[in-house]
Amino acid sequence: MSGKVTSFRKFDVEKIRNDFPVLHREVNGNPLVYLDNGASSQKPKQVIDRMTRYYEHEHANIHRGVHHLSQRATDSYEQVREATCNYLNAASSREILFTRGTTESINLVACSWGRHFLKEGDEIIISTMEHHSNIVPWQMTCEERGAKLKVIPISKAGELDMEAFQNLLNERTRLVSLVHVSNALGTINPVKEIINLAHQCNALVLLDGAQALPHMKVDMRALDVDFYAFSAHKMLGPTGLGILYGRESLLDSMPPYQGGGEMIERVTFEKTTYNELPFKFEAGTPNIADTIAFGSALEYYDEFDQDELIAHEQDLLAYAGQRLSQVDGIEFVGMARDKAGVISFNLKDIHPFDVGTILDQMGIAVRTGHHCTQPLMDFYGIVGTVRASFAFYNNQTDVDALVDGVEKASAILL
Amino acid sequence: MSSSIDEIQDQVIEEFQLFDQWIEKYEYIIELGKNLPGLDDQYMRDENLVPGCQSRVWLHAELKGGKAVYAADSDAIITKGIIALLIRVLSEQPPEKVHEAELYFIDRIGLKDHLSSTRSNGLVSMINKMRTVARDLSKIA
Repeated sequence: MSGKVTSFRKFDVEKIRNDFPVLHREVNGNPLVYLDNGASSQKPKQVIDRMTRYYEHEHANIHRGVHHLSQRATDSYEQVREATCNYLNAASSREILFTRGTTESINLVACSWGRHFLKEGDEIIISTMEHHSNIVPWQMTCEERGAKLKVIPISKAGELDMEAFQNLLNERTRLVSLVHVSNALGTINPVKEIINLAHQCNALVLLDGAQALPHMKVDMRALDVDFYAFSAHKMLGPTGLGILYGRESLLDSMPPYQGGGEMIERVTFEKTTYNELPFKFEAGTPNIADTIAFGSALEYYDEFDQDELIAHEQDLLAYAGQRLSQVDGIEFVGMARDKAGVISFNLKDIHPFDVGTILDQMGIAVRTGHHCTQPLMDFYGIVGTVRASFAFYNNQTDVDALVDGVEKASAILL
Repeated sequence: MSSSIDEIQDQVIEEFQLFDQWIEKYEYIIELGKNLPGLDDQYMRDENLVPGCQSRVWLHAELKGGKAVYAADSDAIITKGIIALLIRVLSEQPPEKVHEAELYFIDRIGLKDHLSSTRSNGLVSMINKMRTVARDLSKIA
């Protein structure tokens, strides 16, 4: 890690909100209360400005361009790979692959590693609380390779059954692919323990970190994780950019995921040799502008003491939980001891869509439905939940507005 | 002589003009949803299910005395309230009229958002299905 001395910006949520232009707009005649951060975070003007500056002054296609603009854009793009490597404390920027999102990051591993290394009878372990993005790619690969998918059960509180997990692990387990923080419940899974147990069985671990990185810093080397997938747009960055961290030795052993430009070393009609890491996995012109703007998102996070951001979010979560628990008919879904950023609930048997519709009328943005976790909803025997998800730029006023909205919904609908 | 589709649409628009506040409007829609008889169990079958990601809608149609008669249900009460309005406007009308009808009342009572495809509440698919069924029924009538 760099030895630079960092002076953090003092955490002042009202001042921070001024960096996010969209937070000052109205929806349906009310100030916007944005509590759909789990779906996508809003963007600070530093990120928006960076993207505009790139398109206004710096745009050119990158890599192999001899002219000034191309070289400058290449430098900016590759600097973000370096910055991402530092942010994650990865061993090398060759371990940082840019993709379209978490979904593509997981699909890359399922297609490249899965198809190349999985054999009939091998086993992959996921859990009941996975997003469809961490279920379907494995179902597809397992079906193709004759491998088996095993599922770790969870408790009603929304926590992994660790004893059941240990019983599922065996010499046939090749990979444990788990969500770090549940998008539907907010549960923070004990990933360090899971990685240690999996490694003892010589199984690899992939973590879906889409909901984790917006709420915490994650250190790849300290975790000793094999693959880590996440999306830029959930952590202040632009849409359409994902990251896959992969251990260098593993990525080296894996065949390319897609073929095309950029990923080749030499092409003849007889044989093509592939480029080195990370380019081997990045076919075609990449998402240059979004990647460069994502660099500004990482810089933005680094302006703050992460512990203060986390403490503020935990305060919001505790305050929201305590106030919402007073609302008539409220039933929380997922009550794990360790949670980040999410409160999921229903008002008795009222459809979450109805609650979301009333909240929308009041300018409150939440997500309703199954949150792309249908097996998890089946486990709870519900069609979906109302999910309020927080970011560090949310404040107590947002929580109060949510509580007022849910009280109103309860009064109208129950 | 029963009212035409457009006459009923105009009545609905007039009724909704009484509401000053969004909350009164939604309370009324919820009331309509609660009062809609819904569907007999025999019709709550998968083939009557109109796909919608958020809320689900079941629709049954039949021809009675040369008119298209609709019955529908939803697992979300606001969706069901809007269904009640659609049934009021389109049910018991000659099927060819249903097929041709221009539904302007939804926009005029400020519920247009509910018919955007991103809502995924099954209403757009339901209206499409009501029209298709009407077209098929008009061939029989």
